[in-house]
Amino acid sequence: MKNVKLIALRELGAYFRSMSGYVIASIFLLSVGILFHAMAMGESERRSAEVLYNFFFFTSGATMICSLVLSMRLLAEEKQTGTIALLASSPVRDREIILGKYIGALVFLWLMILATLYVPLMILVNGKISWGHLAAGYMGLMLLGGSTLAIGTFGSAIGKNQVLAIIISAVLVSVLLMAWMLARVTERPFSEFFLSIALFHKHFTPFGRGVIHLRDIVYYLGLIYFSLFAATRVLEARRWR
Amino acid sequence: MIQVRGLTKYYGEHAAIRDLDFDIESGEVVGFLGLNGAGKSTTLKILSCVLLPTSGTVMVDGLNAVDQAHEVRGRIGFLPDTPPLYNEMTVGRYLSFAAQLRGVSAVDAQKRVAEAEEKTGLVDVDDELISALSHGYRQRVGLAQALVHKPSLLILDEPTSGLDPVQIVEMRNLIRGLRGEHTLLISSHFLAEISQTCDRLLVIQGGQIVARGTESELATLMERAGEADFTLKGDLGAATLCLQAVTGVNSVTVVHTSGDEFTLRVSSTADLRPQLARALVGAGVDLLQMGRAASRLESVFLKLAAGEAPADKPTQAQASAPTPPGSP
Repeated sequence: MKNVKLIALRELGAYFRSMSGYVIASIFLLSVGILFHAMAMGESERRSAEVLYNFFFFTSGATMICSLVLSMRLLAEEKQTGTIALLASSPVRDREIILGKYIGALVFLWLMILATLYVPLMILVNGKISWGHLAAGYMGLMLLGGSTLAIGTFGSAIGKNQVLAIIISAVLVSVLLMAWMLARVTERPFSEFFLSIALFHKHFTPFGRGVIHLRDIVYYLGLIYFSLFAATRVLEARRWR
Repeated sequence: MIQVRGLTKYYGEHAAIRDLDFDIESGEVVGFLGLNGAGKSTTLKILSCVLLPTSGTVMVDGLNAVDQAHEVRGRIGFLPDTPPLYNEMTVGRYLSFAAQLRGVSAVDAQKRVAEAEEKTGLVDVDDELISALSHGYRQRVGLAQALVHKPSLLILDEPTSGLDPVQIVEMRNLIRGLRGEHTLLISSHFLAEISQTCDRLLVIQGGQIVARGTESELATLMERAGEADFTLKGDLGAATLCLQAVTGVNSVTVVHTSGDEFTLRVSSTADLRPQLARALVGAGVDLLQMGRAASRLESVFLKLAAGEAPADKPTQAQASAPTPPGSP
C-alpha cells in the first residue's frame, strides 16, 4: 500500500501543479452551474426534490465526461513521454501502479464533485430537501464517476496516446450507456442482461431519486474492479511486447 | 553480478536480439557498443526488468530477472535513452519520489536525494521545476534518479545522447566518479564516448554480440582477422594450391567465377597480401585485382569508431531490421 499511496499522491499533485487540473475543474464547475440554471431549475415552479433530481441528472453527464478527460492521461501520457520506464523499472507491482494512479485521479474527481455542493445548498435556501436524498445523489455521482474513471484508466492502458485512450474509453462508456436502448428492442433474457449492464439508466436513476440499492452499489464496484483488473493485465502484457 | 545466457527477444516475428551470452563481474564498468537498432536498448530493458525476454535467462546477483523481477528491480538503477522525468515536479521532489519508489524510507530519502544531487551537480537546482531545466541538466536528473537509492547495478542507456561536447565531457566525468560504487553497464553507438570510461566492451550488431574485450584487445583481434579477396585469371586449381601453400593461410574459398576469371577469398592469421601476390605470380596465375575483405567485426567496429550511425532513432519494430527476411 505504501507504493499505491506514493503514486496516488504524485498523481494528485500533478493535477494541482499543472494547468490541466485547474482547467478541467473550472470547465466542470462552470458546466454544472450553467446546466443547473438553464435546465434543472426550469421555467415553471418545481418541487425541490425534482430540482435536486435534475441537478444530479445533469451533473452525472458532466461527471462522466470529466472523468474520461482526467483518466486519459493516466498511463497514455506516461507511455508518450517515456516516464513509464521509471515505474516499470522500480520494485512496484503493476497493480500498484494502476491502483495508485486511479486513486490519485479519483480523489481529484471527488473533490470536484464535492465542490458542487453549493448548488444543493442554494436549493436548501429557497426550498426543502432531504439530507438522505442529497447523500444518496452524491454517492451515486461518486460511484458513477469512479466507474467511468476506471473504464478510462483501462482505455489509457490500451491507448498508445491520449487521443486514442479517450476514444477507446468513450466508446466503452457509450456502449454501457446505450445498453438500456438495446434492452428495449430485445427479448428476455437478452433484454434483462442489457438492462442490468446499463451504466446510467438502470443504476444511477435510483441514486438521483434518493434511493440506495445494494445491487447498484455492487454493480458500480464490480465495474471498477473489472476495469482496473483489465488495465493491470494490459500493463503486465506490455512487458511481453 | 550479471549472467546472461541465450537471451532472445522477438518483436512480433522479428528478432531484436538472439542468443546473447555474456557475464559482468561485480564492480566492472562495461560498455555496450552498437549502432542504432543493433539491440542495445532491448537488452538493457530486459536487464532492467522493464521488458520480458522471449527466451533465455538473466541472473542478477543470483536472482532470476524474470521470476524474481521485483527483487532484482530493487538492486538496479536504470536511465533509459529518454530520461523518465515528470516536468511538473521540482528536482528535489522528483528524486525523493524516485527514491521512495525504490524502497527508501521517507526519512532517509532526503539524505539520499542530497547525496545524489551532490554527485550529479544538481544542488543549485533542487527547487527548480524540471520543465525549466536545460537538456544537460535533465540528463543529470535522469542519472540522479538512477543512483539515488544506491543500487549495486547502474544501467545507463546512451547517457550522453543529445548533449553538446561540453556536456558530454561533464557527463563522462560524472560517470567516471561512480566507478567503484556501482557495477556499471553503459550503452553507446559511439566508441570514443565509452572506450575511455569502460573496462571492457561488448559489441552488438544485428541482435548478436560480435566481439567482446578491451578496446586494445578488439583492435588486435581485427588486425589478426586477415581476409583478402583475389580476382584471378587462369587455372583455378593451381591458384588454390599455391595460395594454400603459403604459411599462415587458414582457408581458401571460391567466392565467384565468371568464364576463366574467378575470385578467391583467403583467410589467414595475419595480413599476408604481399606473400600471396608473389606466390600467385610465381605460379603463373594472372592477378587482376586484390583487396582486403571487410570482415563483419571490422566493418562494425570501424563504423562505431567513426561514430557513424543513422540519424533517426529506430522504433522497437525497426530494431529487428537486421534480421534476414524469412528468419523466424
